[in-house]
Amino acid sequence: MAPLAVENLSVDFEMSDGHVRAVDRVSFTVPPNKCVALVGESGSGKTVISQAIMGLLPPKAQIASGSILLHDRQNPGQMTDLAGLSPSGRSMRRIRGNRVAIIFQEPMTSLSPLHTIGDQISEAAILHRNVGRREAKEFTLQMLKMVHFPDPARGFNAYPFELSGGLRQRAMIAMALICRPSILIADEPTTALDVTIQAQILKLIKEMQQEFKMSLLMITHDFGVVANMADEVVVVYHGRVMEKGSARQLFNDPQHPYLQALLKAVPTFGMEKTQRLETLRPIKPHGEGLSQLYTRNADQLDGPILKLEGVSKSFISRKQGLFGSGYEPVKALDDVSLEVRQGECLGIVGESGSGKTTVAKAILRAFQPDSGTVSFNSGIGLRDIASYDSKDMLAYRSSVQMIFQDPFSSLNPRMTVSDILQEPLVIHGIGSKWERSRFASDLMELVGLDPRYLRRYPHSFSGGQRQRIGIARALALNPELILCDEPTSALDVSVQAQILNLLQDLKRDLGLTYVFISHNLAVVDYIADRIAVMCKGRLVELGPTEQVIEHPIHPYTKALLRAVPEPNLDHPLDFSSPDMKGTSNPFLWPEPYRIPEGSAPKLVQIAPDHFVCAPGLVP
Amino acid sequence: MIKYLGLRFLGMIPTLLVISFLTFFIIELPEGDYISNQISMLKATGETASIAKLDFLRREFALDRPFLERYAIWVGLWPGPHGFDGLLQGNWGWSFEFDRPVEEVVGPTLLLTVLINTAAILFVYLVSFPIGIYSATRQYSWGDYGFTLLGYIGLATPNFLLGLVLMYVANVWFDLSIGGLMDPKYIGEPWSIDKALSVLAHMIVPTIVIGTAGTAAMIRRLRANLLDELHKQYVVTARAKGMRESALLVKYPLRMALNPFIADIGNLIPTLVSGSIIVSVVLNLPTVGPILLSALQSQDQFLSAFILLFVSILTLIGMLVSDVLLAFLDPRIRLGGRERK
Repeated sequence: MAPLAVENLSVDFEMSDGHVRAVDRVSFTVPPNKCVALVGESGSGKTVISQAIMGLLPPKAQIASGSILLHDRQNPGQMTDLAGLSPSGRSMRRIRGNRVAIIFQEPMTSLSPLHTIGDQISEAAILHRNVGRREAKEFTLQMLKMVHFPDPARGFNAYPFELSGGLRQRAMIAMALICRPSILIADEPTTALDVTIQAQILKLIKEMQQEFKMSLLMITHDFGVVANMADEVVVVYHGRVMEKGSARQLFNDPQHPYLQALLKAVPTFGMEKTQRLETLRPIKPHGEGLSQLYTRNADQLDGPILKLEGVSKSFISRKQGLFGSGYEPVKALDDVSLEVRQGECLGIVGESGSGKTTVAKAILRAFQPDSGTVSFNSGIGLRDIASYDSKDMLAYRSSVQMIFQDPFSSLNPRMTVSDILQEPLVIHGIGSKWERSRFASDLMELVGLDPRYLRRYPHSFSGGQRQRIGIARALALNPELILCDEPTSALDVSVQAQILNLLQDLKRDLGLTYVFISHNLAVVDYIADRIAVMCKGRLVELGPTEQVIEHPIHPYTKALLRAVPEPNLDHPLDFSSPDMKGTSNPFLWPEPYRIPEGSAPKLVQIAPDHFVCAPGLVP
Repeated sequence: MIKYLGLRFLGMIPTLLVISFLTFFIIELPEGDYISNQISMLKATGETASIAKLDFLRREFALDRPFLERYAIWVGLWPGPHGFDGLLQGNWGWSFEFDRPVEEVVGPTLLLTVLINTAAILFVYLVSFPIGIYSATRQYSWGDYGFTLLGYIGLATPNFLLGLVLMYVANVWFDLSIGGLMDPKYIGEPWSIDKALSVLAHMIVPTIVIGTAGTAAMIRRLRANLLDELHKQYVVTARAKGMRESALLVKYPLRMALNPFIADIGNLIPTLVSGSIIVSVVLNLPTVGPILLSALQSQDQFLSAFILLFVSILTLIGMLVSDVLLAFLDPRIRLGGRERK
């Protein structure tokens, strides 16, 4: 008997214009000790299903029909229909967090910033395990140890903002598991994390599942995660189950066109540059009107368009509390030298804290580097941007634009799309009012959006559409170089494919140059011509994409590549391989790659155009 | 924490100096001073006999010195005609209009001002807190709409009008004697329980009147803050743990929504004081408000400068209280700079 059986579940959302069926007659079971993956894009209803199971549906949603049968080991003889319980009622509360627990996607926002980790974890134990504060603390410390917290006693008293994303997610897992639930729902548990951290968390979840003999319901849009975790897969689209079956069956022989398309939308290693990703809803950019407005100088530049030479930057981090002493400089960039060639896409890959965003900030002159120069070629040769006066700077700002990671917070919610697109033009004093509004609608067409949407506010757009607005805004000033800072990491695979295709098209049609920053190696592999791998502020490997992906030299690059979950059942992640922690510490890399403390990284050319950081090989 | 408090206190000293300077500067901005105005008035009426006396007063209060010197003498950093004798030495200055030391003019009103404003702030918080929570948790319910309407009426009604209405109601329906801060029969009497009760009874109307506008604004703010917090992910996390709704509300979103609430303590004070001037006149309250008004009109500079400085000090103390409370309640502020592990 399956611990959890969802039968004919329908959920309605009450809207101003009647009901919208978010989940439509969904049925599936979660067998004991197995992992079922619920796969779909955002808006497919997969999260609503998990909310229905947990009794956490928003007030506007209602279970219209169907049942959610819980039949777990804690109450063996009895079957409970969760759909029939009042969501805030006593019996539901006793199940929630106790017999069925959940982990959320965002470890940053899922924990209260004002309470210690220990307080929040032990609370669950106090609620359900009938223990006092002291015992609860014991349980919590045990739990923190099980999820491999480096120092449980210290972690207990830490506040979430003092912890890294990975540790926060470990704390979330500890919180969910402290009552030893029979069913764990993991709602995109690793989407917000770095690849190497993702591999660790996936490993942890698998360990815990075996340890506690749990059934796992994994909600995700990442087929790499599915391939590595799931025994069975349920594919949902528009609130309906499209296909379900064992993982092997679905990966090897996808039946439904939706699933086939979804699998094709995932960029994988070794794809041809010219091969387009298949999108479910292809968009057609229209660039006809733009050529009149863009006065692009199509001249070929001599040499690179942008050059970083020996750029270093340290930030001071305060070590202790208020007015505490002890300042420790953190090297955000250590002697980074790079060049960006005109018309190419340079991918910068690294985990959070690797300094990849700091490179972008240095290019934007958001700070003054401690040493080294950033030079830009605007057609009259390379010039150090630090020497720019305010007029040069204004011109520079329009030639270098940025696309941000989070399409939700990078657009001002109080401005209409039209205002957002026109703002850069207003700042730079381009065009008359009429021309600007014409231009805004051209930009909309360019990114494949209907110009009639110009009067809307950002909240009425989906994530992918917002990201397209962000791209249109970046294009408004006719830039030469666009810095894309993780532009697709907040998006679904199919939308990601759409955005990547769009970026490819724009680059070709408008002759743009990209610096593409991402932690997703597969994405960078797909879009970039050359890849720069960064770790802890150091550039560790730089070379043509195929070279770096097919023949990585540096141990860190290798570790990074190993940690990427591939949507392929035959290439599972190697969970047994030693922990990834050591690989991101430059002092612990094996010779000749080790960077001794206090010395600068040195790049060595090992193949044409392929450099690797190996101070030991420098004569 | 103690170190933080100490530093916070030290930081208030330069702030106070700057404020005192600005106050003095602004007070002296209009041309002339109280005495030169008097002199020109006397000249116009042809009375020259008293001019000599006024000239003497000008010298006596160092009004003939340059601006910076006058300021320094006022603060007590510079020897005046009678040596060091300024605020620092405890001399609050001379009120020309009342022809008495400032201390005697405002002395009795200061305590009452503090009292009434504290009562008004307490009123604001006590009333707006539960209503704000109610409105946020039952958004778009009849209660929410009702309180919103009441709040807008409170915001829109001129305070003095409300004061008059309440005075009428209190007098006719509840048979309270009104106006002033106590029943006239207790004025000049020694303090007794009856007198204290009379003061309390008289405080009710002014507290409500002065507090209403602030309350309405505060309800709206708390409601908005709490609404923002209620939809945050960590609230869902707490719910997913199986917490009761009420326990959850108090422990998580309310704690978060408190921050702006507390940060407002300091800001409330000057608004309340300056907003209460007309109310004080209408209700015949012996607070500093009406005195400030007349002192400003007649350019009674030492008196007005002192009152302005006093309000600034109250504000600074309010800010201090809110900062300390914030640091106490919010670990992100307390531990803000601690290195991430």
